[in-house]
Amino acid sequence: MSEIRNYTLNFGPQHPAAHGVLRLILEMDGEVIERADPHIGLLHRATEKLAEHKTFNQALPYMDRLDYVSMMCNEHAYVMAIEKMLGIQVPIRAQYIRVLFDEITRILNHLMWIGTHGLDVGAMTLFLYAFREREDLMDCYEAVSGARMHAAYYRVGGVYRDLPDSMPHYKPSQWHNAQQVKENNANRQGSLLDFIDDFCRRFPTYVDEYETLLTDNRIWKQRLVGIGVVSPERAQQLGFTGPMLRGSGIAWDLRKKQPYEVYADMDFDIPIGKNGDSYDRYLVRMAEMRESCKIMKQCVDWLKVNNGAVMVDDLKVAPPKRQAVKEDMEALIHHFKLFTEGYCVPESEFYAAVEHPKGEFGIYLVSDGANKPYRLKIRAPGFAHLAAMDEMTRGHMLSDVVTVIGTQDIVFGEIDR
Amino acid sequence: MSKNKTLLANLQQRFGDKLSKTIDALGEITVEINAADIIEVCIALRDEFQFSMLIDLCGVDYSQYGESNWQPEASSTGFSRALNSTLMQAKTDNSQRFAVVYHLLSTANNQRLRLRAWMNESPPRMATVNPIWNSANWYEREAFDLFGILFNDHPDLRRILTDYGFNGHPFCKDFPLTGDVQMRYDAQQGRVVYEPNEVEQRVQIPRVIR
Repeated sequence: MSEIRNYTLNFGPQHPAAHGVLRLILEMDGEVIERADPHIGLLHRATEKLAEHKTFNQALPYMDRLDYVSMMCNEHAYVMAIEKMLGIQVPIRAQYIRVLFDEITRILNHLMWIGTHGLDVGAMTLFLYAFREREDLMDCYEAVSGARMHAAYYRVGGVYRDLPDSMPHYKPSQWHNAQQVKENNANRQGSLLDFIDDFCRRFPTYVDEYETLLTDNRIWKQRLVGIGVVSPERAQQLGFTGPMLRGSGIAWDLRKKQPYEVYADMDFDIPIGKNGDSYDRYLVRMAEMRESCKIMKQCVDWLKVNNGAVMVDDLKVAPPKRQAVKEDMEALIHHFKLFTEGYCVPESEFYAAVEHPKGEFGIYLVSDGANKPYRLKIRAPGFAHLAAMDEMTRGHMLSDVVTVIGTQDIVFGEIDR
Repeated sequence: MSKNKTLLANLQQRFGDKLSKTIDALGEITVEINAADIIEVCIALRDEFQFSMLIDLCGVDYSQYGESNWQPEASSTGFSRALNSTLMQAKTDNSQRFAVVYHLLSTANNQRLRLRAWMNESPPRMATVNPIWNSANWYEREAFDLFGILFNDHPDLRRILTDYGFNGHPFCKDFPLTGDVQMRYDAQQGRVVYEPNEVEQRVQIPRVIR
């Protein structure tokens, strides 16, 4: 009989299932994990230190690049912290736009998650479906900000600009003839809000499609049920938030418990899991997509009938209108000072947290009264989740490690910062 | 925010002199304690005040707090010209330089609390709260990596974010933004080599306090 030895396996950092640059050192007994030691930091860019050397506005685009699949939610926490410290009240229309785009972002993130999680576990089709819908939502990003991913759309005091009246159209090319293009442009004839409205109408049927493929799928359940079980007590001890905490049965959602912007006026439910395993977390996230769709619909209905400002009327934090800069000396000076020196935030500290698609995303900002942050700490939800990797995979098989990485919804931009 | 006031009063009653400072600002409560009391206070906060979650833990280097690159000429209302540009110097003495900031969350009471513990030693030392909240493990490793704060009795105090074999603690205020070393692939040696940094550090936008 051959002797079976323990050995150490190096997983990643260039492994397709490692979701980026995760390097896992796995100590294994045969195929069973005895200890998992994640090595992170391969994507460390010292965002916090860079922000200390930039003015408050200049550091905003770094936020997009943290969790690069839920860009606007990152920006949201950052601008909320500064607004609170400056004592700015954001116009109500801007608050609705932010909630609308937070939920678009949540669906974007969850679609990315279900696509890659499915791919890791062996469900290829879903990846293609999920990216089809992501394309529509990225078009919304592009319509408001000009960028598909790194939008920098939320600004201190509101949002960069109001929603556009028209959607960009597809143009005929050598791959798509006029007839195809016409079909593709059918729901892009109206404004952005009409397009989102149409998306909200279509999207629940898409989620049904995903669920048909997965929820009762025997292979999917074999791979997910009972994998990475976390009890409610352990989940709190380990600092879990978001779907990871709700999957363990704790109904904790900042949108409900500590509402920000206009979430208090929104009608939606918090789905929670029962067993705290990967399958429950899957169900929670699927249900969350449906709830996000409900919130989006409510925002669209409100935004269609209510107009107003989307930025505070304060030239110390918001740039003046382009036309005013050309005509008014005062506006020109404000424009120049805002984009060179920026604004000073009163000496204070604040921790702003939002319900990010992955959990609680927090910005702890310390200002000593200067035009740059004194200290910026980014509380990334994935950091706490990945720290529990060892506990969640211990005693499982090697293939289950991939499931756990998927269920934690790991994105390295936010973990390594 | 009467809920915060109640919590603050209860904390003051429970801990008394152990709280060296309490701040109630912007709807958030901050309490400051000495490093020596950290374990006792944290256990009480978890068990008696139901702060079941440690949401965040981070180090802060206060050595350049309140310093700026140049002094503005006039009032805080108008804009004025830069008169002198000075490079900021980090404080040399280490008393009250480093602090560890804990963000606690009570899901039962829906309440948050910020706890700041000051360290006077050099190198800074703090007792680990890992046995109290297990989420502290990686947060403390991060604070050690970036600030050089040593957490006593931590089970696994290794660097976490920086490169293998990294020297220094990059988030200290006296660590240059551009870093100390640069790396490139050396074709002759057939490996990546580290060399002293040639990038010049410069202030693009001066730091100013108005």
